[in-house]
Amino acid sequence: MLELLATRYAYVAFIVLLSVGLYMVIASQNLVKKVIGVNLFQTAIFLFFVASAYVEGGAVPVVPKDSAGPTEVIVSPLPHVIVLTAIVVGVALTAVGLALIVRIYTEYGTLREDVLREVRSDD
Amino acid sequence: MIENVPALLIVLPILVATLPLLVGLRYERVGWTVAALTTTAAFAMALWLALVIFTTGEAVIHQLGGFPRPIGIELVADRLSAPFVVLATGISMGVLAYTRRGGPRGNSFYSAYLLLLGGLLGLSLTGDVFNMFVFLEITGLTTYALIAKGKSGESAIAALKYLIIGTVGASMYLIGVGFLFVATGTLNMIDLATAIPQQAGYGNPLILTAFAFVFVGFAIKIALFPLHTWQPDAYQRAPDGATPLIAALVSTVSAYALFRLVYTVFTVEFLVSIPHASEIVVTVGSISVLAGSALAVMQRRVKRMLAYSSVSQFGLVVLAYGLMNDTALLGALVHLIGHAIMKGGLFLAVGTIAAGTGARTVKEYAGLAKRMPFMAGSLAVLGLALVGVPPSIGFLGKWFIAVGAIEAGIWPVAVVVLLSTMLTLGYIARLLERMYFTPAPTRGGAPEGSLATDGSGNDPTPGAVSAGMLGVTVLAALLAVALGFSGGAFDSLLGPFIEVILNG
Repeated sequence: MLELLATRYAYVAFIVLLSVGLYMVIASQNLVKKVIGVNLFQTAIFLFFVASAYVEGGAVPVVPKDSAGPTEVIVSPLPHVIVLTAIVVGVALTAVGLALIVRIYTEYGTLREDVLREVRSDD
Repeated sequence: MIENVPALLIVLPILVATLPLLVGLRYERVGWTVAALTTTAAFAMALWLALVIFTTGEAVIHQLGGFPRPIGIELVADRLSAPFVVLATGISMGVLAYTRRGGPRGNSFYSAYLLLLGGLLGLSLTGDVFNMFVFLEITGLTTYALIAKGKSGESAIAALKYLIIGTVGASMYLIGVGFLFVATGTLNMIDLATAIPQQAGYGNPLILTAFAFVFVGFAIKIALFPLHTWQPDAYQRAPDGATPLIAALVSTVSAYALFRLVYTVFTVEFLVSIPHASEIVVTVGSISVLAGSALAVMQRRVKRMLAYSSVSQFGLVVLAYGLMNDTALLGALVHLIGHAIMKGGLFLAVGTIAAGTGARTVKEYAGLAKRMPFMAGSLAVLGLALVGVPPSIGFLGKWFIAVGAIEAGIWPVAVVVLLSTMLTLGYIARLLERMYFTPAPTRGGAPEGSLATDGSGNDPTPGAVSAGMLGVTVLAALLAVALGFSGGAFDSLLGPFIEVILNG
């Protein structure tokens, strides 16, 4: 167990962040905090990709034109590209989510889900 | 030339999506025209693509940027994706005939509409599992925006609910992709099919977890019980012009993507070698069929009732995925295509009826057959097609799935399939009874029979129903019946593909 924590701490952090994010989405009554929970959930996945791509002593995947070819261990750039793309997707999602929350707030005057349920059942 | 069509089909709607907003700064109602031209062009390209694929029998593959597999991203149009590309462009075109008069208006709607079309086509054509995640999110984001286009605050709440649940679903799919990538080192679907057994083996915990995440992620996107909670709100609160598009296409293309992942990436050998994998898929589908129908029968509002009906119909499709024989898989694909046409048509009819008479609940549909005979007729035909009355595409799909269940020798599942027909009749019959056999409540001697008379007391809007709205709904009803005779055609078009995925 200790050895797992010492050598694979990034993956343990991935699981913890994932769970915390999911818990926030389910348990928090505040709509903004729910969106933050979704963000945390996604960030955990970014951490997983970056951690999986880490190579001890790996070099940047740039090979000069006139060199004979790669001689050292080279890091795969693909996971990093995936994370970059996923971050962009996450930003777009956060923007749309917050825009919807602004509209809900102007309409009902609250950010809390339980209050929202009460207000709507009165109608 | 033809190998560029898959890329064009995705790029064209996404690029043109900027035009309604840009040109809209100067010309006010340009959105519809731009969308109509683009969708027609995309439909023509889709037909051409399908024609080439089905006449030559070869898949059309486009390598983005000229990088070969497995380094680059591939777009693959084969026997499986071609029908869905035609379906997505065709239904989008039909919905435009409704939105011209029926709304929602505004150029921003058409920008989101074109982005959604681009996302759906990307989802159907991509051959790369991470690329699929990106298109899944494009589709999701535009769907949230389209739902929020509804006038009331309720639609914003429904959109936010879908956004949160849908994002968690798509993220779960991304985790699955991550595990697959770590286990095999590739993201290309065709490459993964061979890399999974060679690099990792079917029993590898990473592969098993990846399958679980992918299945749960897509179960959320397809709205299978009990992960369906976002879907009734989303369908009900979306504007009447956007619901047909969302209900007909978004879950359908997600279900197609799940089919692609299960049978092209994980392959049938994986399902066979993992104990209980197919049983779990069949059970989840069966529960969804029963629960969705039961919830649909209880609804008062027609849009909500049809939304729960989708939960049950998609349960039927996923159930067939797990049966793993050619008849059931053909049934699943036919029912996917048929359900898109029928549910799209039903929501178009419901939207037209709401625009013409203001009726939104089952109760308010009383005596509708006299006030809007064509709409009531189309609704009845489409509803009976959904029940599975022959000749109709609904009958064909359910028939193949039922025969597949009997061939697989799983009798409880055959019972569920037949029961689903009875349950569908349960909620469709309520509508039919109201429309045809309950007289409309007359208020102050208001004359019956004229289109604009409203039994529920809402102010009727003269001229709210255009010929396009009527025409496209009747067309959907005719198509649902006409395709009922196409069982042999579907078998000859899709049969060879199913043969290959089942027998290698």
